[in-house]
Amino acid sequence: MQAKHQRLILGIIALVAVIAAGFLALIAFKKQAAYFYTPTDAVKAHLPLNRNIRLGGMVERGSLTREKDGVTIHFLVTDNYQKIPVAYRGIVPDLFREGSGVVADGHFEPSGSFMAETILAKHDERYMPPMTQQQAAATQTTLQEK
Amino acid sequence: MIRLANPHYFLSLSRKLTPWLAIAGILFSLSGILGGLFLTPPDYLQGETVRILYIHVPTAWLAMGGWSSIALASLVQFIWRHPLAGIAAKAMALPGALFTGLCLLTGSIWGRPTWGTWWEWDGRLTSVLVLFFLYLGYIALSRSVSNYSTTSRLPALYALLGAINLPIIHYSVLWWRTLHQGQSINLTHSSIDPSLLWPLPLTLIGFSCLFAVITLFRMRYLLAHAQYEARLRRMAAL
Repeated sequence: MQAKHQRLILGIIALVAVIAAGFLALIAFKKQAAYFYTPTDAVKAHLPLNRNIRLGGMVERGSLTREKDGVTIHFLVTDNYQKIPVAYRGIVPDLFREGSGVVADGHFEPSGSFMAETILAKHDERYMPPMTQQQAAATQTTLQEK
Repeated sequence: MIRLANPHYFLSLSRKLTPWLAIAGILFSLSGILGGLFLTPPDYLQGETVRILYIHVPTAWLAMGGWSSIALASLVQFIWRHPLAGIAAKAMALPGALFTGLCLLTGSIWGRPTWGTWWEWDGRLTSVLVLFFLYLGYIALSRSVSNYSTTSRLPALYALLGAINLPIIHYSVLWWRTLHQGQSINLTHSSIDPSLLWPLPLTLIGFSCLFAVITLFRMRYLLAHAQYEARLRRMAAL
């Protein structure tokens, strides 16, 4: 075997090993590297009350209410399995809305509700013009009517 | 292919290629940016903010494409021992770091109005920041070895090891829970509406041409530097 070919085989083995190491790291850190708890995880984990965590999920449609002071809001964070009531006082990002993703940083209260100190909006990977969305909504209603 | 790998042939070809690539890069980038700024509709959720996509996505693509190319060139350098491969790898480090920096910058500017934060330590953002530091480390390492412009194998080894980060960046949004959304485009499907999508390939091609122009300039500089060093050595030997 030529030295060149030997190096070729060694090189390919090295590259495969390196990429495999990357994948192993991904799998190994799957739990630890999660940026937020889903409501299901948060309920399962029995987190201490004073510990600060991030809670992520969808803002349940129809759950958003605003107190009279105008800056305190209440809503439910859901992952379709569990729902956790969240309270927050402050200004929310523009993309924060019902049916959209949210990541709340805060802690659990003794009552079981989550007191958020910061609110981040999480959006999905879809991008489309406003018209298409209206059309999509229109199609959906016509389908429902049928 | 073998003729292309001859440094003299490469030099004359790259001299002819550079201006054309530069013109193509500027034309494609400009048309994509102007189209993305003025002709596409706003996004249903993000409004006008979405337009930063047309520069953020190509920079992210080149940040990862840059390191993939450096790793590939380093592998070729290891196996076939061709000096041009090593020089190409070194030449790509600067534009790679530049585009990774731009990716982080535009991402941060985009994150403030949409997510509500300039920076969060989530899987995608952190792994791209690591890539930026890997680029800086590679530049420092390739400059620290004595035979800077000729073949040195230490940076090549570092480049191959650094490739661990590439699958981590790519799959971070799929396998980890992150603030950054999942990927919008893969080989068969795009979740970006066609009316918003079309300027993206233009900026992608344009930025890639500009990346290639910087790389060719740097390769010519490194080859000239190698010649200069060799001449100095000959003069010292006399």
